[in-house]
Amino acid sequence: MSALLEVRGISKSFRGLRAVAAASFDVPERGVVALIGPNGAGKTTCFNMIAGVFAPDSGTIALRNSFIQELRPDQVCAAGIGRTFQIVKPFAGLSVLDNVMVGALLREQSVSAARGFSLSILEKLKLATKANLPAASLTLPDRKRLEVARALATRPRLLLLDEVMAGLRPTECDEMVAVFRELNRADGLTILLIEHVMRAVMALAQQVVVLHHGEIIARGAPAEVVRDPAVLECYLGEETEL
Amino acid sequence: MRAKILLSILLLVLVFFPTFAGPYALSVATLILFFAYAGQAWNVMMGFAGQLSLGHSLYVGVGAYAAAGLYFHTGLGAWAGIWLAILLCMLLGAAIGFLAFRFGISGVYFALLTIAFAEFTRIGFDHIQWLGGPGGLFIKVEHRTGWDLVNLRGTPAMFYYVMLALCALAFIFCFLLLKSKAGYYWQAIRENEEAAQALGINTFRWKMLAVVISSAMTSVAGVFYAFYYNNLFPEQIFHISRSIEIILGPIIGGIGTLFGPILGAAVLILLSDGITEGLAALGWEFPGVKQVFYGLVLLVVVMFLPRGIWPALARRLGVGK
Repeated sequence: MSALLEVRGISKSFRGLRAVAAASFDVPERGVVALIGPNGAGKTTCFNMIAGVFAPDSGTIALRNSFIQELRPDQVCAAGIGRTFQIVKPFAGLSVLDNVMVGALLREQSVSAARGFSLSILEKLKLATKANLPAASLTLPDRKRLEVARALATRPRLLLLDEVMAGLRPTECDEMVAVFRELNRADGLTILLIEHVMRAVMALAQQVVVLHHGEIIARGAPAEVVRDPAVLECYLGEETEL
Repeated sequence: MRAKILLSILLLVLVFFPTFAGPYALSVATLILFFAYAGQAWNVMMGFAGQLSLGHSLYVGVGAYAAAGLYFHTGLGAWAGIWLAILLCMLLGAAIGFLAFRFGISGVYFALLTIAFAEFTRIGFDHIQWLGGPGGLFIKVEHRTGWDLVNLRGTPAMFYYVMLALCALAFIFCFLLLKSKAGYYWQAIRENEEAAQALGINTFRWKMLAVVISSAMTSVAGVFYAFYYNNLFPEQIFHISRSIEIILGPIIGGIGTLFGPILGAAVLILLSDGITEGLAALGWEFPGVKQVFYGLVLLVVVMFLPRGIWPALARRLGVGK
């Protein structure tokens, strides 16, 4: 397997405070990688650098062997990386369908083609019955789904998920996991996710990268990582139940 | 279906209005259409793309002076002036947009920038003697009985129909814009710019497009103004109160809606003129009563119909947005 995304030694400081220090990891083609760690470990900062919100102070990020660390968010998206936001950002005044169509218009040639494609995505995420409701009226779990639907509409090769499971009930979480599994298996979608909900991490990820104080302290298969003493000490705790 | 019937009735009344209206009613109707059109143009920027301009008098003024100046000095009529007006205003809009969006100026600061440009231009025009300076630019008033559409010279009814046609065209144009990719992208930017950018939208480019289209449309209102009133004063046409008058219509009618600017302009002008006339008939004259009235209407709408009159009315009539 060749790596779809190669992150090499990226660092970022905010006013002298080191948020991410020389982090390197790969996301293989068709793989699912989870980025975990305590709050403030630098996970979202990593995401923002990959998504082009800000450039790393040093280091490189390559998508299929071309560097993307200097691109703007819209260029990163056009290059094939879709993202969701930890704090959901729906277009509140637009309908659910219109929200997704905004994403779909990136690659679809016409508005009607974008509408058709968007409806099929809403179907996948079980939002089809709510297509014509204003996004502002959705519950939090539905807003999270909408966030995913919108990102998927841009036809990404790599999907960045920033804590989409947070705030979901266990059954809702399992539903989401099933959706991503299906996308990964059937459509070959590569996924990089930040997640605190270990239930989802264990079910989805083939590889886990653990960040702490901006540095990677462990990486490997989920079952190994959760037994790593360093990870247990700083993040999961001794009594973690999985 | 219901919407179509109502729209047809409205159009029918508007088309035959000059046949039964007196000169005063016709002038009021023309004024309503003028502000409906200018409001529609402003709405492209604010209502669709979420970029607040408080300096749209700039484009009305530059458009008016471009066409009137050309006519005054060369004798070339409105048919030529309109292109000069559109070109100049697009360049101005692009310059303001570039300055703001390139350097990440948004929200209130963007609004301040638009005011600043309008004010600079107002002061600047006071010093252009070639265009009359503070004393004003006058073009020859001609009382014609016929219609000369190409040069925008003719009867009050002609001016009414020109404005009606402009309103209809602007409405259709805005309708098509909203249904197009641009409409979706602008609304996304309006609702959440960061999320829009994350979905692959080059926000700089699309905001620029909104400003350029809006300024070009507004300049045409300026050309009409010049040939309708035949006199231009920097102090009046570039004044910030003119910008406010343009945006009150869409705000009261419903920002971002297609009927909002039209409805808002009608409500504002009918009521304010009605009050002024009513008070005059009673022998009372209060200078500034119009402004007080604008303030009151704005207050009432903001308190009870924060999204404007049109969305509430549309629900009542059982028609879509």
